[in-house]
Amino acid sequence: MKNNLFTYTLRIADDSLILGQRLAEWCGHGPVIEEDIALSNIALDLIGQATNLLEYAATVENKGRTADHLAFLRFENQYFNTQLVEQRNGDFAVTMVRQWIFDTFRLPFYEALQHSSDSQLAAIAEKSLKETKYHWKHSSEWIIRMGDGTEESNKRVNDALILLWKFSDELFFMDDVDQDLISQGIAIDLETLRPVFNERIQLVLQQATLQLPDSKWKLNGGRLGRHTEHFGHLIAEMQYMQRAYPNMEW
Amino acid sequence: MAEKDWPLWEVFIRSKVGLNHKHVGSIHAADGEMAVENARDVYTRRSEGISIWVVESSQIFASDPADSDALFEPADSKIYRHPTFYEVPDGVGHM
Repeated sequence: MKNNLFTYTLRIADDSLILGQRLAEWCGHGPVIEEDIALSNIALDLIGQATNLLEYAATVENKGRTADHLAFLRFENQYFNTQLVEQRNGDFAVTMVRQWIFDTFRLPFYEALQHSSDSQLAAIAEKSLKETKYHWKHSSEWIIRMGDGTEESNKRVNDALILLWKFSDELFFMDDVDQDLISQGIAIDLETLRPVFNERIQLVLQQATLQLPDSKWKLNGGRLGRHTEHFGHLIAEMQYMQRAYPNMEW
Repeated sequence: MAEKDWPLWEVFIRSKVGLNHKHVGSIHAADGEMAVENARDVYTRRSEGISIWVVESSQIFASDPADSDALFEPADSKIYRHPTFYEVPDGVGHM
């Protein structure tokens, strides 16, 4: 059971950690200064969440590992983020579509998790809720403007949807780790989040004059430690300093 | 992204202990909604405020510095306009 709670917490933490890492890649490269700051702010919010979650995970594991160990020294198959968040930034449209799909899931997820019988997870969810609301608003507004924008912006956001929609289903992945914790009131039954997720996705798509891609192809594996080819590059960069200078601090 | 198509907006923030919005700077944005979000991201990172006003810079009509003499100096030498010669009775309170 303790193992399941550890895995469950890592899954949530790794989503924040890896997505935060991806967004941080935009720092200094934003299309305009305002978005450079916005993306960096969102990255910091996510890394803050990852910090809280990994600290809790380390406590649950109780093997003397710290949040830093967990963040920087695991091997690829020990990270349990969804494959969605590790996809490359691409252009601004790809980054925003990735963010929007994630935020549309994450907001109702945290809203539900704040009622978890695990008081730490509930507290972290409550704390993260307000910033998640802002993230969702920010990404949704961009999808609407790019979709209902110029011919070029519409094409780019449409291409991004075709690229990323196949990763959306994994957000709802559940296995016996979840079932065990759901029966204890700790974890969320993700199927209960689908209706509000679908509704909000459709609402934004409508205003953005966009449609979901025809293909029903779904990918997953991240929750079990199986990642896409981009993940290796991402963690190589993320872990480099810790591995080159063990225990370094700043 | 054609930045020149995004108008300039002046940003005014009211801090937690303030009555008035203060001018803090400017941002570019495509429309009002995005202007508020951009102002939030750029100017309230360190809890500077609780309320944001954004106004398109082109909507602000300002006095010409070249006219400062004509506009403001005449008031300097008219102390009879200042309400400092009246004693406020105790019961009246803060005026």
